[in-house]
Amino acid sequence: MKLTGAQIFVESLIKEKVEIMFGIPGGVLLPTFDVLYGAPIKFILTRHEQGAAHMADGYARATGKVGVCIATSGPGATNLTTGLATANMDSVPVVAFTGQVATHLVGNDAFQEADTTGVTRSITKYNYLVKDVREIASTIKEAFHIARTGRPGPVLIDFPVDVQRASCEFVYHKYHKEVEIRSYKPKYKGHPQQIKKAIDLIKQSERAVIYAGGGVIISGAAGELREMAKTTQIPVTLTLMGMGAFPQDSELFLGMLGMHGTYFANHAIQNSDLIIAIGARFDDRITARLDAFAPKAKIIHIDIDPTSISKNVKVDVPIVGDAKNVMREMNKLLNKLGSKNMEKRKKWQKQISQWKKENPLTYKKDGKLRPQYVVEKIYEVTKGKAIIATEVGQNQMWAQQFYKYNYPRHFITSGGLGTMGYGFPAAIGAKLGKPEKVVFDIAGDGSFQMNIQEMATAVNNKVGVKIAILNNGYLGMVRQWQQLFYKKRYSATDLTANPDFVKIAEAYGALGIRVSEKGEVEGALRKAISVDGPVILDFLVEREENVFPMVPAGARLDEVIRGLA
Amino acid sequence: MRHTISVLVENKPGVLARISSLFSARGFNIDSLAVGETEQHDVSRMTIIVKGDEKILEQVMKQLNKLIDIIKVIDFVGQPHLERDLVLIKVNAGKGKRSEVLEIVDIFRAKIVDVASNSVIVEMTGDEEKILALVNMLKPYGIKEIVRTGIVAMGRG
Ligand SMILES: Cc1cc2nc3c(=O)[nH]c(=O)nc-3n(C[C@H](O)[C@H](O)[C@H](O)COP(=O)(O)OP(=O)(O)OC[C@H]3O[C@@H](n4cnc5c(N)ncnc54)[C@H](O)[C@@H]3O)c2cc1C
Ligand SMILES: Cc1ncc(C[n+]2csc(CCOP(=O)(O)OP(=O)(O)O)c2C)c(N)n1
Ligand SMILES: [Mg+2]
Repeated sequence: MKLTGAQIFVESLIKEKVEIMFGIPGGVLLPTFDVLYGAPIKFILTRHEQGAAHMADGYARATGKVGVCIATSGPGATNLTTGLATANMDSVPVVAFTGQVATHLVGNDAFQEADTTGVTRSITKYNYLVKDVREIASTIKEAFHIARTGRPGPVLIDFPVDVQRASCEFVYHKYHKEVEIRSYKPKYKGHPQQIKKAIDLIKQSERAVIYAGGGVIISGAAGELREMAKTTQIPVTLTLMGMGAFPQDSELFLGMLGMHGTYFANHAIQNSDLIIAIGARFDDRITARLDAFAPKAKIIHIDIDPTSISKNVKVDVPIVGDAKNVMREMNKLLNKLGSKNMEKRKKWQKQISQWKKENPLTYKKDGKLRPQYVVEKIYEVTKGKAIIATEVGQNQMWAQQFYKYNYPRHFITSGGLGTMGYGFPAAIGAKLGKPEKVVFDIAGDGSFQMNIQEMATAVNNKVGVKIAILNNGYLGMVRQWQQLFYKKRYSATDLTANPDFVKIAEAYGALGIRVSEKGEVEGALRKAISVDGPVILDFLVEREENVFPMVPAGARLDEVIRGLA
Repeated sequence: MRHTISVLVENKPGVLARISSLFSARGFNIDSLAVGETEQHDVSRMTIIVKGDEKILEQVMKQLNKLIDIIKVIDFVGQPHLERDLVLIKVNAGKGKRSEVLEIVDIFRAKIVDVASNSVIVEMTGDEEKILALVNMLKPYGIKEIVRTGIVAMGRG
């Protein structure tokens, strides 16, 4: 059957089982949007392309499926870039389509032309410019394959308008063939020899720590992780991206490590004799001063991406492979080990319990409305079952510290790029992917304003996300650094000119609730959840509250500031 | 340390940009780059000469391997291999000096490929060392222009 490029595009998306896509049309996408009209794919019209990219990303993180977004050429494409870079840093499978000017005009400074593949080359896993209608189907198939396999990431397809209009034969059964790219063969199975070496190190260790990250969530390996910790009785710390990969109520859980990690996680790492890193990339937020990181520890590192291994920290036993696969193999061997070293491990656990008892994660509990309290209440009211997206800054750290994440894919945050404005659209994407879930965006007053326009998208599509603004009237995280390291010179961090967020909600046709007293928090939360549509909760919290513990820049991981003197 | 990196890539647009940006993003200068088709028309070979910090280069090698269009990466350091570069040198060779220039060309087993009244163009193939030696010998006569193809390398055996 002869189909146009635009038709092949839509047919291919249907074959990829795309249920929903996010974006904004434009001149060079008219042929494609004409076919999308009436197609069995739900289209969410956003109010900014950045919103579309983050929604696709939030959808992908919540569901594990590939998120899809689309933008027109030139400004549409450049508006997508922050979203692509965000997904790229956090290894999120997204396929983005951009319209492009007609092939004979490419490179001519044509109207609304930007070199989209050039601009996005370093912020995508891969990208394509499709110049021939006969290549559309295979390119889309390849793009989805690349986005979701190996270390996932965003893939962009630039799609000139004349290619959308051209036509060719389209054969369905051909499309179903498996993708084979000779130069792209991710390794899923760990090398048995390396696995053996790892087991030997584990056998000998007395003060081991498992340090697990986003790779465990991506790999769907939370079960394997739990089993490994249980059989070995080795405590577990998670990165920001790993939240939910291990049950937080477990005795073995140490909380997050790193700059705003717990005192006990950081001390456990620094005093350990073995670190078992699983799907985590030794980011500078967690190593702190690199030359003083875990000085006594040997390191085993399981990661699907060889470039993550020995990048920052020299690794003793690298295992390249999928976390789930590798842990499964390891667990078989570990189960046979029995109770060796358990005595020593008990001693180590005792030491850790001591640290936990002496330096718990806490905040000042008085009559004031503190942001940490709001997060704790959200946890209580949602019974820990909600999906929590966050913005960036103090709100993000409090959302991590005071909500207990017991399930994977329930904590959605921009870790690597730290994109303010990410949380709200990501929450919309997550809610559309998981409509049965209560979804919160724990927000900062600064960040929320970076994609506030998506209120229209949420209202228009009846997406019931709850935005809990921890409104401190500051770019709080930056203000905190100014307070601690720049003599309280609050340069350009005051947001007292904020709009009235309740009125903003109402103007968009949503419910807004302002909360200034501790006693009102729970009722407001319950009210917000009981309402179908989006709700903005404006929590007027203590303005100069700080995030602690904290490891200052340049310090050792265990040089923890526990609070203000 | 100097590295000779040989990269087998898909012969596609954008590949060169992907590779060169891996180096430039880390502040590495590519000293030499040669690209050409291989025995398979859809596969190209790039030979890249770089100097740089070993640890960063190790990371670059991994990143190269990770690029989706790259089929294979070899670092020839410590491996038996051949390197060749072709150079064209336009050198002053007026009446009085011409025979001296020709003598040098002869010793290096280079060739004169163009003759003008005041200059000649010398062509030579060789490794880096030999080319530098020739250039040094010709310098006193006044070199007007040098063009090199870039080094290509092949493993022995
Ligand atoms: C304001 C702010 C403060 C922050 N403070 C902290 C902090 O205190 N502590 C902290 O931890 N983070 C913090 N972060 C986040 C930090 O910047 C990084 O994003 C985070 O540490 C990276 O997490 P990760 O190592 O789990 O890697 P991710 O970015 O999640 O990467 C996943 C890793 O897993 C690998 N992988 C992917 N799939 C698989 C698979 N199937 N099998 C095996 N491996 C796989 C990937 O190759 C990669 O190496 C902060 C961020 C911000 C914005
Ligand atoms: C797009 C973007 N611009 C700037 C920053 C730098 N930055 C990090 S946190 C922060 C303050 C965030 O303020 P707010 O959203 O109110 O959160 P708070 O820290 O007050 O909770 C800023 C400006 C960033 N991360 N992202
Ligand atoms: Mg704020």
